[in-house]
Amino acid sequence: MEATPKEQPKAAPELIVSIGPHVRTEESTARIMWTVSAALLPATLMGVYYFGMPAIMVILICIATSMAAEAGMQMLLKKPVTLSDGSAFLTGLLLAMNLPANAPWYIPFIGSIVAIMIAKHLFGGLGYNIFNPALIGRAFVLISFAKIMTTFVAPATSFMAVDAKTMATPLVLLKEEGMAKLLEVFHTKAALYQDLFIGNRAGSLGETSVIALLVGAAFLIFKRYITWHIPIPFIATVGVLAWMFGGKEGLMTGDPVFHMMSGGLILGAFFMATDYVTGPSVRSAQIVFGVCAGALTILIRLKGGYPEGVMFAILLMNCFSPLLDRGMRSKVFGKAEAKGVKK
Amino acid sequence: MSTNSVNYGTIFKNGIFGENPVFRLALSLCPAVAVTSGVKNGFLMGVAVLFVMTMVNGTVSLLRNFINPKVRIPSYMFIIATWVTVTDQVMAATQRSVYKEMGLYIVLIVAFAIVLSRAEMFASKNKLLPSLVDGFAMGLGFLLALVVLGIFREFLGKGSLWGNQILPGKPVLIMIMPAGGFFAMGLVMGWLNWIDRKFFGGTGASSGGH
Repeated sequence: MEATPKEQPKAAPELIVSIGPHVRTEESTARIMWTVSAALLPATLMGVYYFGMPAIMVILICIATSMAAEAGMQMLLKKPVTLSDGSAFLTGLLLAMNLPANAPWYIPFIGSIVAIMIAKHLFGGLGYNIFNPALIGRAFVLISFAKIMTTFVAPATSFMAVDAKTMATPLVLLKEEGMAKLLEVFHTKAALYQDLFIGNRAGSLGETSVIALLVGAAFLIFKRYITWHIPIPFIATVGVLAWMFGGKEGLMTGDPVFHMMSGGLILGAFFMATDYVTGPSVRSAQIVFGVCAGALTILIRLKGGYPEGVMFAILLMNCFSPLLDRGMRSKVFGKAEAKGVKK
Repeated sequence: MSTNSVNYGTIFKNGIFGENPVFRLALSLCPAVAVTSGVKNGFLMGVAVLFVMTMVNGTVSLLRNFINPKVRIPSYMFIIATWVTVTDQVMAATQRSVYKEMGLYIVLIVAFAIVLSRAEMFASKNKLLPSLVDGFAMGLGFLLALVVLGIFREFLGKGSLWGNQILPGKPVLIMIMPAGGFFAMGLVMGWLNWIDRKFFGGTGASSGGH
């Protein structure tokens, strides 16, 4: 989530991103960025709890590189340096949450450089970028270093565990070996759901714990920083389509709960797709955005070459945001219309 | 372009820097991305275009007084297609392995905007020698652009140059994919624009083509 509302005085109860006319609020970019970062804290802590020291290293490298790149780029472009608005911090944190905890140092480093320098500043900086910077950073390293980026470790039981055991993510297991193998690893379906919910599974370091992500998302929705219009249709579409087409035995035999809780769906739907800059701001357009992103996610998961499709789905839908906004713009009030001419 | 006094140095500078087909005019970007995953492919493609452009410019210049302006574009296309066919046959006979990979793109030279635009803008108004030089300079600019992109992408994407492995493994695989081609092109183009603006007071590349 990265935003560019204007910093303005006067009080108003909530933040609404919409087509004008606007009401002034006391919200500022910095406050939104730091609040969203705070909302990511539970999931970050769960990632650190399960993946230990390597996770801390990845997070620190990502944030430090992002902020350094932001400052460097702004100095180079002779713009005011705005590190304190927290947008670079948030991009770094989001990128880290999308990387495997055992990634060598250059993965978070290159990912952050690409995210900030290319995806953000070369497109004009905060508020002008077409694509979500953190996701571009991840897409770049995923395609470039496919092997490292798809080798995940099992959650460690003790914090300082040295020998990490590699383990496939649930989605990879499902794709390559089927539901039977998945149940063999997690024993029962109930245990599978429980581990997915708590986060005790292999995956990117910040995407595993559904409960921690939901706590953060609930906080943001309560603060009205994000609304349900993108995430809920997104997740619901994934669930419905997974139920319809996800099963091996035919239609309507899929497992919607598994698909909704696995991969980066919860993280992506609540924290990446809701980005003010790269997503649509008209309410109806946001719902279409969510539904289409969900459909693309399931399409990639079930039929594509990659086991997980949330990242590509959001990036693809980012392209359509301006079009959706323009096509579904809210009605303009008080505009004179010629008599007898239908709109 | 005036026909009486022609400065060959200016034509060369124009073709390589001032109006570099790829980086400045932004023409023929699609083959520039498609064939530059390796230096060798980029170089051979550049040589093919260099040859076609020189010959087309020369032919058009020779025939400029015989072509009715009303049918000039179809006539230019015939001339271009002729020389592309010659290039295609020569490539197929001599560079078997490369031809298998990029034969498709050789034939596509027919549709390169840069070839037709030089025939229309320069060769149809100038004498033989300046036209030949202009085609050669423009082709050279195209060749250099492809080689620069090829070096950039092959080194980062495959860790090799001209097929010789230099780095172990493949450092940044995305660079030899189409997305990497656009990354490389955008970065080099932006860098040249920056140089132009900073040191020569230019305005940067503008138009777009295919």
